[in-house]
Amino acid sequence: MKIPWVLWVPAGLALALVVLPVVGLLVRSDLRRLPSLIVTDSSLAALRLSIETAAMSTVGCIVLGVPLAVVLARSRVPGIRLLRAIVLLPLVLPPVVGGLALLYLLGRKGFLGYLLDVTLGVTVPFTTAAVVIAQIFVAMPFLVVSLEGALRSAGDSYEQVGATLGARPWTVFRRVTVPMLLPALGSGAVLSFARALGEFGATITFAGSLEGVTRTLPLEVYTQAESDIDSAVAVALLLVVLALLVIIVARPRALEGGTG
Amino acid sequence: MTLRVEIELTRGSFELAVDFEVPAGTVLAILGPNGSGKSSLLGSLSGLLRPRRAKILLGDRDLNALQPYDRSIGLLSQDPLLFPHLSVVDNVGFSPRSKGAGRRESRNIARRWLAEVDAAEFADRKPAQLSGGQAQRVAVARALAGEPDLLLLDEPMAALDVDAAPAIRGLLRRVLSSNKERATVLVTHDPLDALALADHVLVLTEGRAIERGPTREVLAAPRTAFTARIAGLNLIAGTAVDDGLRTEEGRRIAGMLAADTALGEPAVAVFAPSSVAVYPAGDGHPGSPRNIIAASVTALEPHGPVIRLRTDAGLAADLTPAAVADLRLEPGSAVRLDIKATTVTVYPASLTA
Amino acid sequence: MKKVLATLAGVALLVAGCGSGSSGDAGSSSSSAPEAKTLTVYAAASLTESFNALKTEFEAAHPGVTVKYSFGGSSTLVQQLTNGAKADVFASADQTNMDKAVQGGVINGTPTIFATNKLTIATAPGNPKGLKTFGDLAAPGLKVVVCAAQVPCGSATQKVEKNTNVTIKPVSEEQDVKQVLTKVESGDADAGLVYVTDANTAGGKVAQVDFPESAQAINNYPIAVLKDAPQADLAQQFEQFVLGAQGQAELSKVGFGPAAK
Repeated sequence: MKIPWVLWVPAGLALALVVLPVVGLLVRSDLRRLPSLIVTDSSLAALRLSIETAAMSTVGCIVLGVPLAVVLARSRVPGIRLLRAIVLLPLVLPPVVGGLALLYLLGRKGFLGYLLDVTLGVTVPFTTAAVVIAQIFVAMPFLVVSLEGALRSAGDSYEQVGATLGARPWTVFRRVTVPMLLPALGSGAVLSFARALGEFGATITFAGSLEGVTRTLPLEVYTQAESDIDSAVAVALLLVVLALLVIIVARPRALEGGTG
Repeated sequence: MTLRVEIELTRGSFELAVDFEVPAGTVLAILGPNGSGKSSLLGSLSGLLRPRRAKILLGDRDLNALQPYDRSIGLLSQDPLLFPHLSVVDNVGFSPRSKGAGRRESRNIARRWLAEVDAAEFADRKPAQLSGGQAQRVAVARALAGEPDLLLLDEPMAALDVDAAPAIRGLLRRVLSSNKERATVLVTHDPLDALALADHVLVLTEGRAIERGPTREVLAAPRTAFTARIAGLNLIAGTAVDDGLRTEEGRRIAGMLAADTALGEPAVAVFAPSSVAVYPAGDGHPGSPRNIIAASVTALEPHGPVIRLRTDAGLAADLTPAAVADLRLEPGSAVRLDIKATTVTVYPASLTA
Repeated sequence: MKKVLATLAGVALLVAGCGSGSSGDAGSSSSSAPEAKTLTVYAAASLTESFNALKTEFEAAHPGVTVKYSFGGSSTLVQQLTNGAKADVFASADQTNMDKAVQGGVINGTPTIFATNKLTIATAPGNPKGLKTFGDLAAPGLKVVVCAAQVPCGSATQKVEKNTNVTIKPVSEEQDVKQVLTKVESGDADAGLVYVTDANTAGGKVAQVDFPESAQAINNYPIAVLKDAPQADLAQQFEQFVLGAQGQAELSKVGFGPAAK
């Protein structure tokens, strides 16, 4: 397709809006001091925690989100449309509010949190698990939305053929639904990972901020910004590089799979 | 196994109520226009739809009580729907694998079926690397590889281009006739598919069976105007020869041989009533001399905008009311029927019909 | 309810503050009265309640003047000011951030300390854990939340820990005092170290346990007029008003101490 020339101006502006702030970060940072600012115990601990929690929450998103997407796309249970809308809630909810909601549910006085505390002696807030839960909360809609869209546009005719060929529902899910979803699953997982990596508001509200336990890279940036803006910028750049790596390494393959 | 069906089904304001029987080893064609209930019927047989009341006996099993995966059916639709992520051999091996065979065994079964449909060389390709006709060939193998007791064919040639359709039709003729146990239901809107593949025809309209019987009888001598309109064809039986067909009485009908017609085999010359020109008897010879048949008019039936002329030669012709008036045609009139050779196609005759 | 209203007002002002860079003297068009002027004040979030009370009194004393606030974390406010935000007055919650503003060259003259704040222990109403001293916070199993060392309340906490030889093992180091309060209010933390003023404005949702060692980590609140203040004269008057009797009375209502003489 030949691109109409009128598209170039807004397209350029859109790109500038995304790229220039990052350039601003680079300009603002003292590149010679950068290594020493990044390689501190606290930012390395935050980097490690971020990668670990984002990876765990991506796995969580897949394990929980794939079945949810299948149910939302295929089930004919009444009220499924309402459920479909509710699943998107974390996308519009300010993350801080999401964190409060999680706190009121899983906190010591939240109804589920109280139950966990009394029956199992488990308290969720201020733990790495709380970080993962907060990240799954904000990131899962990205996965579910992209999977549900893929399922709907693919239709269920392949699954029906699978059934007529004698495959039981679980076999159809394993050998037809999941393999055909893989491209969408790849890009959805990358989106969720990226969103989990950048998650801030729900984490700080629900999980708190403690080095090595709950202080992920975004929280580290925010903490550093209070005292030393240069090291905050340095850590922010680390986050940018990490996010770019994830997107560059995983995204194109996922996209090619989607068109192939 | 013999299939016995009684179905009542309601979808919105549409009602389907039909019953029929397909003896083991035979093919029943369900012929009808869009919206006649063909796909609802097929959905009920495959289990994707649940009729309000149904008895679908395959042998002594009631399919209606079973999930699609327990019905032992094979489904071939107009879209091959090969699983894009599986190789051709694994597509064909899908059914044996789902029914408990191991990977190696399934692949062996698949290769056997691929050879059966002349597609062995595609075994290791991905479906995206096949042409439409090749993919449908593989889909036939996949539908059969599970050894279904009931085979459902849903417009299997409708999406193929004119070059690929005859080859698939020929393939289906071969695999359908080689199994004497399986019942087959073919859903189509094309009377030629029925003619080539089916032993019996059931004409469906608005959810009701309005006509049924042996394929050649129903198509050549429709008893209802509706069947005549959608399926009324001129059929002349005989043996295929290189320039057309020779009847038992030795008359030669010039025509085009279909791709799967074998010389010397029983065949049918098929042409539409609209391609028959009518002249008063004794008129000069303006056209090719071979496809000229003398006959006398037995009936004049209005069919929508045209009038269908029936003759004692068993052939019908469609004329405009003005032409009928010009020629002063009425029952008993002697006429000369002239059929242009390029409008005649010679198909292999259905083996059992 | 009062807190909710104050928060809403703060949010509204923050939103208004976003555009202040380009409309610094919007006051000239805000009213038909010839004297109409707008004074823009950047103030630390902990001043929200007391400064909102002062607004009414200051506007009553200066007809035609509208006071607009932008409340936020002191470091955020300094960032905005050094990056060109137009304002008249800056009131910081600590000396460090005021020093940054001075280094950034946006302050006119010398900042003056106008209030002090000290730490207190916030805990569930009724003090179910029976906390009495700062040392009690080191008890094993007690979930304590503090401010991160990078923010003023956190550095004050560290100072008290050092002086008392008590080592608190917090479950979380929060970004600001309000986050500490949230976690005490929700019951997820047994105790948190917050400023007296924050505990006061939380109303009955938390109980307050004062400890004498807090006097060793007094937090100073400096105020200053900004160099490019569109309303320099009014800004001076506002600063004097805060330092004067009316201002000091409002500040002490929520628990601020007077500036050390």
